[in-house]
Amino acid sequence: MSHLSPFQTFLLLSIVKIIVVFVITLTAVAYTVLLERKVLGHMQNRWGPSRVGPFGLLQPLADGIKLFLKEDLLPMAAERPLFIVAPIIALTCALVSIAVVPFGAAHHIYANGIGVDMFDISNINIGLLVILGITSIGVYGIALSGWSSNNKFSLLGSLRATSQVISYELALGLSLVGVVLRAQSLSLRTIVDSQSAHGLLSWNFFGGYQFVAFFIYLMAAYAETNRAPFDLPEAESELVAGYHTEYSSMKFAMFFMAEYANMITVSCVATLMFFGGASSPLGHLLPANFGGPILTAVFPVLWFVAKVFAFLLLYIWVRGTLPRFRYDQLMSFGWKFLLPLAMANIIITSLVLALHG
Amino acid sequence: MQLALFIIFGALAVAGALNLLLQRHPINSALSLVVVMMSLAVLYWSLGAEFLAAAQVIVYSGAVMVLFVFVIMLLNAGEEERTSGSRAAYIAGIPGAAAIFCLLSFVFLSEQKALGVANLGGHLDNGLNNIAEISQVLFTKQLLPFEVTSVLILVAILGAVVLARKEEQ
Repeated sequence: MSHLSPFQTFLLLSIVKIIVVFVITLTAVAYTVLLERKVLGHMQNRWGPSRVGPFGLLQPLADGIKLFLKEDLLPMAAERPLFIVAPIIALTCALVSIAVVPFGAAHHIYANGIGVDMFDISNINIGLLVILGITSIGVYGIALSGWSSNNKFSLLGSLRATSQVISYELALGLSLVGVVLRAQSLSLRTIVDSQSAHGLLSWNFFGGYQFVAFFIYLMAAYAETNRAPFDLPEAESELVAGYHTEYSSMKFAMFFMAEYANMITVSCVATLMFFGGASSPLGHLLPANFGGPILTAVFPVLWFVAKVFAFLLLYIWVRGTLPRFRYDQLMSFGWKFLLPLAMANIIITSLVLALHG
Repeated sequence: MQLALFIIFGALAVAGALNLLLQRHPINSALSLVVVMMSLAVLYWSLGAEFLAAAQVIVYSGAVMVLFVFVIMLLNAGEEERTSGSRAAYIAGIPGAAAIFCLLSFVFLSEQKALGVANLGGHLDNGLNNIAEISQVLFTKQLLPFEVTSVLILVAILGAVVLARKEEQ
């Protein structure tokens, strides 16, 4: 391998990282669906999927085969190119943003004169803005799918989704400013490092006094991903299935996967911004080289996965508990409550930082 | 690398802009404009202005153009009718556009020294973070224009609210 130039080494290792992360994310998406069905089932006093494989563990595979083999219907009145492109936009945007998420502590492997970070596909200095930008492009998938289906339910669903996402994007972006002010950087690595000094106590949620920002982020993120209690775009009691009413087979599956991939991204961002990312909650209680070099590298990844998993469980818990908002309540909640609160949080955080920082 | 990026995305921006004019359906035109915005963002990035690139994507592609698409969807605007165009546009427009293009390129090329030249790819002064640099300029040298622009936007918001408010009977 020594005849490769540093650039070729970088390219090769990056491709390997991308493939690994891609496969893991898609598997996680499939099993989040199963987790949701299982947990919701138990909440509603039934078993959930239990037939395919032990404890229903092979259910995602069966679902995938079923969706893949179904007939792919194309409505006569649909706007063909946009109808086909819309689910691709939705899924691509949902999956791409995972590329800037650091999964573990910075751990470089050196080969051919170049160091490559093992647990991060790309560490860029505006990682947070990249995630926000990609999420804001993802709206086109939903907007175009509803319009191109030429169906009134789809159109209403996508109109609702578009206005909801635009409204809550502001509160979402503003809620993260407090954290950025504290870390003085938009790089996700630096933000994580800024809260890993004393374990749990230095996380932005506890030690950084950003819990208000966290709750704003959480609510805005639920609205951004069109999940309960903000799932008006696909309210089945009013709109059949909302923007993906006319979609079938793999095109429907792409929207479905995009929704769950977005959930995972949002959980990753919440973990990184407010709960110390891959840093351990125990801080220095554990010695730095606990359990040898391999365990030292793997432990942060486990912490990260555990935190993201907790957020996913919270998502499902909220869906099983809360009823849906009414549309005007949704808008006034976003504009009249979350947005002013986020602004107040920014002002107070920057005042405190200016006086004490 | 930077040159390749410039050629690819410059060409994409021009193609998107032409497609915007040639498409008959407003939604296709709006989507072409999104492509232009995104290509411009990549060009900013290749010049080393990564914050500007991200802001371009978030503000223009992610918010402004989504609103355009939203309005087109809401009004359900149909395909536009093709006319042969006014004769004045053909006689005066094309030579006029060509003349303006020539004039601008002449001015830029002749005033190259006075304007300064930016290198393609990574142009950062004294190793500061790009965002810190932009905010320092905005809040010291350019404070007045910055605040005036904010007030201008505020006035626009107030105007929109006045226009949108229902008449009280």
